[in-house]
Amino acid sequence: MNDKILLQINNIGVVYSDVIQVLKGVSLSVPENRIISLLGSNGAGKSTTLKAISGLLKPENGKVTEGSILYDGTEIHNLPPETITRQGIIQVLEGRQPFKYLTIEENLRVGTATRFGKPYKEDLDLVYAYFPVLVKRRKTLAGYCSGGELQMLVIGRALMAHPKLLLLDEPSLGLAPMVVQEIFRIIRRINEEQETTIVLVEQNANMALQIAHYGYVMENGKIVMEGDAAELRENPDVKEFYLGMGATGIAKSYQDVKAYKRRKRWL
Amino acid sequence: MDFFIQLLVNGISIGFLYGLSAMGFVMIYKASSVLNFAHGELLAIGAFLFLALVTWAELPVAAAFILTLAGTFVFGFIVERLFLRPLIGEPLIEIIMLTVGLAAMFKGALLLIWGGNLYTYPDLLPEFLAWNWGVVQVPPVYVSAIFMGIVFLLLFGLFFKYSSQGIYMRSVADNQPAALSLGVHVRRVFALSWAIAALVAGISGIILGLINGINVHELSSIGLKVFPVVILGGLDSISGAIIGGIIIGLLETMTGGYLSPSLRDVIPYIALVAILLVRPYGLFGLVEIERV
Amino acid sequence: MLRRFRFHPCGNYRDHYEKELTIFETDFGRLWMTIGLSVLFGLVPFLLGSYPLYIINMIGIAAIAALGLNILVGYTGLISLGHGAFFGVGAYAAAILATEWNFPILLALPAAGLITALVGIIFGLPSVRLKGLYLTIATLAGQFIIEYILLHWEGLTKGTMGIILPEAGIFGLSITGDRGYFFLIYLCLVLMTWLAVNLVRTKFGRAFIAIRDNDRAAEGMGIPVFRYKLLSFGISSFYAGLAGALFAYYMISITTEPFNLMLSVEYIAMIIIGGLGSITGTIFGAIFITGLNEALRWFTDWLINVGGITGVELTVAPLREFAFGLAIVLFILFEPKGLAELWRIIRSSFRLWPFSY
Repeated sequence: MNDKILLQINNIGVVYSDVIQVLKGVSLSVPENRIISLLGSNGAGKSTTLKAISGLLKPENGKVTEGSILYDGTEIHNLPPETITRQGIIQVLEGRQPFKYLTIEENLRVGTATRFGKPYKEDLDLVYAYFPVLVKRRKTLAGYCSGGELQMLVIGRALMAHPKLLLLDEPSLGLAPMVVQEIFRIIRRINEEQETTIVLVEQNANMALQIAHYGYVMENGKIVMEGDAAELRENPDVKEFYLGMGATGIAKSYQDVKAYKRRKRWL
Repeated sequence: MDFFIQLLVNGISIGFLYGLSAMGFVMIYKASSVLNFAHGELLAIGAFLFLALVTWAELPVAAAFILTLAGTFVFGFIVERLFLRPLIGEPLIEIIMLTVGLAAMFKGALLLIWGGNLYTYPDLLPEFLAWNWGVVQVPPVYVSAIFMGIVFLLLFGLFFKYSSQGIYMRSVADNQPAALSLGVHVRRVFALSWAIAALVAGISGIILGLINGINVHELSSIGLKVFPVVILGGLDSISGAIIGGIIIGLLETMTGGYLSPSLRDVIPYIALVAILLVRPYGLFGLVEIERV
Repeated sequence: MLRRFRFHPCGNYRDHYEKELTIFETDFGRLWMTIGLSVLFGLVPFLLGSYPLYIINMIGIAAIAALGLNILVGYTGLISLGHGAFFGVGAYAAAILATEWNFPILLALPAAGLITALVGIIFGLPSVRLKGLYLTIATLAGQFIIEYILLHWEGLTKGTMGIILPEAGIFGLSITGDRGYFFLIYLCLVLMTWLAVNLVRTKFGRAFIAIRDNDRAAEGMGIPVFRYKLLSFGISSFYAGLAGALFAYYMISITTEPFNLMLSVEYIAMIIIGGLGSITGTIFGAIFITGLNEALRWFTDWLINVGGITGVELTVAPLREFAFGLAIVLFILFEPKGLAELWRIIRSSFRLWPFSY
């Protein structure tokens, strides 16, 4: 990889409420125009890493206590979210989070907050082109839309902000496999056509590694493994723990005791 | 019959005033889900500021009016900044209690300065504003109340439905973390909503003062009458505020005219409890969309 | 039976659920309570003069009512702005029972409490379908409606004339003067505090807290939320009613005047300043607010006597209102957990001295 590095995280630690240390020295770099995938089990610190980037730690009483986050060469950690989003970093929150009482189109218009006062008609058309389902729902309250539509809505809403760096937190959460596939296809297209750099946090490692260029695996607030997506897909550990297959490629059985040993090596 | 029509007209005009007062309240609620128990005091502050500018500073009416608007706007901004901003993200119960505390504080301060006396403005409104249809007479203040009510209804309606800033405000009320993630300047939205609310409250305070005279107790009790109004109209509906205002206004004047004058002041609250029992989200309020 | 005395351990060594529930962690606590109660009943009423006793009695009455409000707001999470009116209902219930039906005080007090509980439950009925904010508004309406009824149901309440209560007596012993009422009020307070402390430890208390923290989840756990909300309203109003009845007897004559919205705000101020969901805090709050009231009265009297600012219409009411508001605002901004939290910090810093960890 000899691309320009857009985002560089240097050895950060994140502490919630001054006592709970969630990240313990996470470093990763995100090259421009790539999709980086961040894998790991629940509570590994993936979402916290995203929030540290986007500045959303502050409302949750969290803080980056050590290390630094460089975006385009300038430090952005612990800045308020208003400032960070205006530099082109937009996070799509976990679990969808639409504005329930706003219509689909109004939801999309909120995405223009970082570019207040600029025309947005073309952006709307662009989002509708990516997500044609939304067109016929444009006047419906978001609270009455289905999970798949909402996921498309929130990605579209983020697109309205012209993000340079898009942080996606578990876009596949609770969606049907067909819908997940479609959403991942669109994410790939957005990356290619809009030249948006994407950091993708996922449980669905299989899907994520198919569209990502590079991947990191997190465990207990640390990065335990990294590599090209193709490489990771072939890695026996990843296969075993995230792709749900035994090291040999046969579907894994519960009695496989070796899992425990190998897992320990990571921590 | 004439009596009835006169009551009808009075009720509607007073209703518009209630609606106008309620709008500022709804504004704050829409942006930050905060029930402002200090709204009556905001009305009173506007009314007294205007009084001070007109009678003590002896400014021309127009200048005093504009200065009052600017003053209340800034005041709302400062209140948000000093008292509410530190509580962003705290439990709602604390924020509501804070407005209860603010109400007592403002009321006490106003009483310390002006006492509980009744003040009146000099005659400000030109006579041509009055409407006369035979027996029915609408004095100029009522006409201006209706006029202001309609103007602000339109302004707010357009603002929330179409302007970007209005949509940002609604988005913050709806889902604060999501609004933050998209770069909506949440603190600015809160400050703006308080500033606008105080401004509208100031205008309503002035008109109320023109009708009944200015008295701290009177104005702050109207601030509480906002609750039946907004519950009728639905807490977050601007047009509902006007409709709720008219219903409450009519209910009051009719009760006062036909039943008993003393019942007048409680009838809105009785209606309020009745409505809450039948339709918990008011007549025009949003039904809470709760998905678990 | 030499049981080992229990002292504070240096960590959390509770290994049984029962230990979490104990009221006194150590025998010291028990000792201090015994000492405190004996001083309260043995020395205070005999050493102090009439005026300090009057203030102490008012604190006791306020504390009983505020305890009730804290059960509703602090434990069940339902904000009520009608507590002052419920207090008034209790006062009038006692007055009417005593004058019209010649109830003795021992019967009139609990009866007034029960009547108020009933009224409270009626105004709690909207909580079937209402949540949080809407319920607060409903209680505000309750405040105004009750005030109106008290003033205008002249056949029963004698309207603006007010009611004069007969002298109270228990077992032929007549209760008069500040000292007599001191014993009555503080016996009630001790009893009601004991009830409140124990209520919080029962399944009812746990259900209340569950409803406060997440009523939907509570419902999912099989707690009949509506019934418990009504129960909480009932209990809270019972406290208010009992306090109101004591107030009526103590004041001898009552009118509707004191039971206004300002009184409700005063109670809210007590539990916020004391600490939401804290029994000790409630009592601190009652002391603080009643004390503040008296201090302000002194202050205005002093200002008028000094006379430097005659001509300015200075009465205690607006200053009081301002000071209450300010106190509420400052506490919410700087110590939202109230005096109870300050007390805890002070205590634990003493306990841990000189090693502050």
